[in-house]
Amino acid sequence: MQTTDSAIIRIDNPQVEIENLNLYYGTSQALDNLNFGIPGQQVTALIGPSGCGKSTLLRCINRMNDLVDGLRLDGVIKINGENINDPSLDVIELRRKVGMVFQKWNPFPKSIYENIVYGLRIAGIQDSGVLDEAAEKCLKKAALWDEVKDRLHQSAMGLSGGQMQRLCIARAIAVSPEIILMDEPCSALDPRSTSRIEDLIRELRGEYTIIIVTHNMQQAARISDYTAYMYLGELIEYGPTQTLFTMPEKKETEDYITGRFG
Amino acid sequence: MTKKFWRQGEPFVWATGLALSLILFLTMLLFYVVMVNGLTVFWPKKVALATLRDGRYLLGEIVQEEIIPHTEKKRLQFKIGNRDLYGLDFKWVDFSDIAGISYPENIYVLERLEFGIFYGYLSELEVTGISPPASGSNSLTQTIAALDSRKKEVNLLGKKIANLNRRVELIDHRLAKARYDKEENTPVLAALKGEKNGLKTEFEELVSILGQKAAALSTNQAIFADANGRTKAIALAGIVRSYQPNSMSFAAKCAYYLERLRELFFDDPRESNTEGGLFPAIFGTVMLIFLMSILSFPLGVMAGIYLREYAKDGWLVKMVRIAVNNLAGIPSIVYGIFGLGFFVYGIGGGIDQLFFPERLPTPTFGTGGILWTSLTLGLLTVPVVIVATEEALGSIPPGIREGSQALAATKLQTLTRILLPMASPGILTGFILAMARAAGEVAPLMITGVVKLAPALPLDGVFPYLHLDRKFMHLGFHIYDIGFQSPNVEAAKPMVYVTTLLLILIVLAMTSTAIYLRNRMRQRHSVIDV
Repeated sequence: MQTTDSAIIRIDNPQVEIENLNLYYGTSQALDNLNFGIPGQQVTALIGPSGCGKSTLLRCINRMNDLVDGLRLDGVIKINGENINDPSLDVIELRRKVGMVFQKWNPFPKSIYENIVYGLRIAGIQDSGVLDEAAEKCLKKAALWDEVKDRLHQSAMGLSGGQMQRLCIARAIAVSPEIILMDEPCSALDPRSTSRIEDLIRELRGEYTIIIVTHNMQQAARISDYTAYMYLGELIEYGPTQTLFTMPEKKETEDYITGRFG
Repeated sequence: MTKKFWRQGEPFVWATGLALSLILFLTMLLFYVVMVNGLTVFWPKKVALATLRDGRYLLGEIVQEEIIPHTEKKRLQFKIGNRDLYGLDFKWVDFSDIAGISYPENIYVLERLEFGIFYGYLSELEVTGISPPASGSNSLTQTIAALDSRKKEVNLLGKKIANLNRRVELIDHRLAKARYDKEENTPVLAALKGEKNGLKTEFEELVSILGQKAAALSTNQAIFADANGRTKAIALAGIVRSYQPNSMSFAAKCAYYLERLRELFFDDPRESNTEGGLFPAIFGTVMLIFLMSILSFPLGVMAGIYLREYAKDGWLVKMVRIAVNNLAGIPSIVYGIFGLGFFVYGIGGGIDQLFFPERLPTPTFGTGGILWTSLTLGLLTVPVVIVATEEALGSIPPGIREGSQALAATKLQTLTRILLPMASPGILTGFILAMARAAGEVAPLMITGVVKLAPALPLDGVFPYLHLDRKFMHLGFHIYDIGFQSPNVEAAKPMVYVTTLLLILIVLAMTSTAIYLRNRMRQRHSVIDV
């Protein structure tokens, strides 16, 4: 049942493929027959009004929704051609491949260092040399190293909100994922911290596939390569960000991005 | 003006403040009464010599003064001691009968192994086998000190005999076992019998030596005279402590106080618990709490984790939660009865049937003991631990769990590495408060293993060292026993206050530990709320 809607472009060799995805919370349908592909090593933004299902979709990609009661899903999500809902697939392996950064930063009440190496320790790495190296590398990548290098072993709870969010990104990078899911990572941050995280996302692009949910259309326009506009659980329009923001195919998309609706 | 007063809720603020002050006042009052009465017990009090109008004398500590009901007259209560002479320790004397009161310096107060306190004057010392005492005010203390090594020798012999008794008992158990197993004529049995006979001869020898030594010791005595000149020979070995309170310096009084404190913490009780120390009761209380913690803490935490983290939320879990909360409110005596029926008679009786059938009908585990008491108390505290664990886990923001699982941690890893450390302050606080409650609980203990006087501690140097089947002593029960069950309640009163103070202090120490631990853990595992 492939949609032939011209507003949804086909991606060649997508890293994440979503096929006929329907999702229900109890009896209400949250995602309605989604079909699209997400390219690798690019930034894809999911935009749309609140409650349109973009966060739900994001959480399907690393099966974070497994934890939710009363949730039913049909359709297929493939990563690198592999169905992630296949019962034989280990969800732990999947999450190692697909990292996630949340809207509300959630560092653990441990030291900065322990936060970064948490994923590695979980994976069974004990060699302190490896851990030290990974911590430094990830903190540098997350542009946090200069700010925290002198207090690695102090509590992460002493950092500012923006620093904590970058720490969470560094923590996600530490386990070397292929894909990083970001669920409105800047929505609770001030403009300065937001711009630092946006810079960071731009730098990470090319090395990681980033899928970001955002309410901020300027942000989507600034940082993403592709943008998907969702409304009430449906995918309305999907294409290169430049095209979507300058020449939207659909009236609804145009209304939303110009602020007439939403 | 008044409208504004009411609108701003001023009266409500006052009402809340008043409620708090009332509670504070009552708590302070309780502490005050217990502290004042408990802390002064060991301070040496002056001994008064009252000259009565009929020419007789009365010697004793003035305990209290009151107005005789329905009259204007006052009377004084004296603690006159000398139970072996007078029969009663206390005496009321009308104020009008007293001609004068003085505090002679040469009055002796003796704490004895039997018959309580003696007040009187020293007339002479009859000593054999040690160098004659130098005359002077210290002669009594010096003589008693000179007898110290011989007293210790006698005590040691007593301990040896008790040890022998225990060894004989062990052999008896093995003999009974062999007979029960129909191994009547095996060499093992013969060896056991031989060993028992050997021990018996040794026992009899020791007993006769002990008899001689004790008799020799008891010939050392002092003749004392009471206020009216009645004399009484008192064996020096039976005197625990002697002092002259009316001539004691402040430093000497302090030294006496410290000595009594030492006795309180480290010695066994005497005189049906109204004198002496509290060591077995303190030991029993602490060990009980310790055992109870080992049993109930892991159980409660595990159950709490299951309820919060693994059980699927539904009506069943809700029912379980309600049940657990209700368990915390069940009167403790009900737990006691359950413990008696289920643990003592059920499980204990079963163990006896299975493992010690040869000793029946004498029960081994099928009677009250510290194991059953700690299990019963554990059951009583488990609901509190479950609720504390559940609440502590529930108060962790969901983002933390998701963050850990998004980093490819399993549920177990999330639990052990993130959630439990974060929940530990809450769990610990709940647990230690439960512990404090258990420490003060008496009713369930009385029927599952506490006794007035335990012959041996549940932990000692005799194999297998930890005797969980033994009965034990407990501070809470001690208060009840000496305060309300003792034949001489008035004489036991000081000890009741001391024991109460001690129990309150133990509970206070635990609560303070709880607060300290919680604050420390909070610093380590806190989450910033934004």
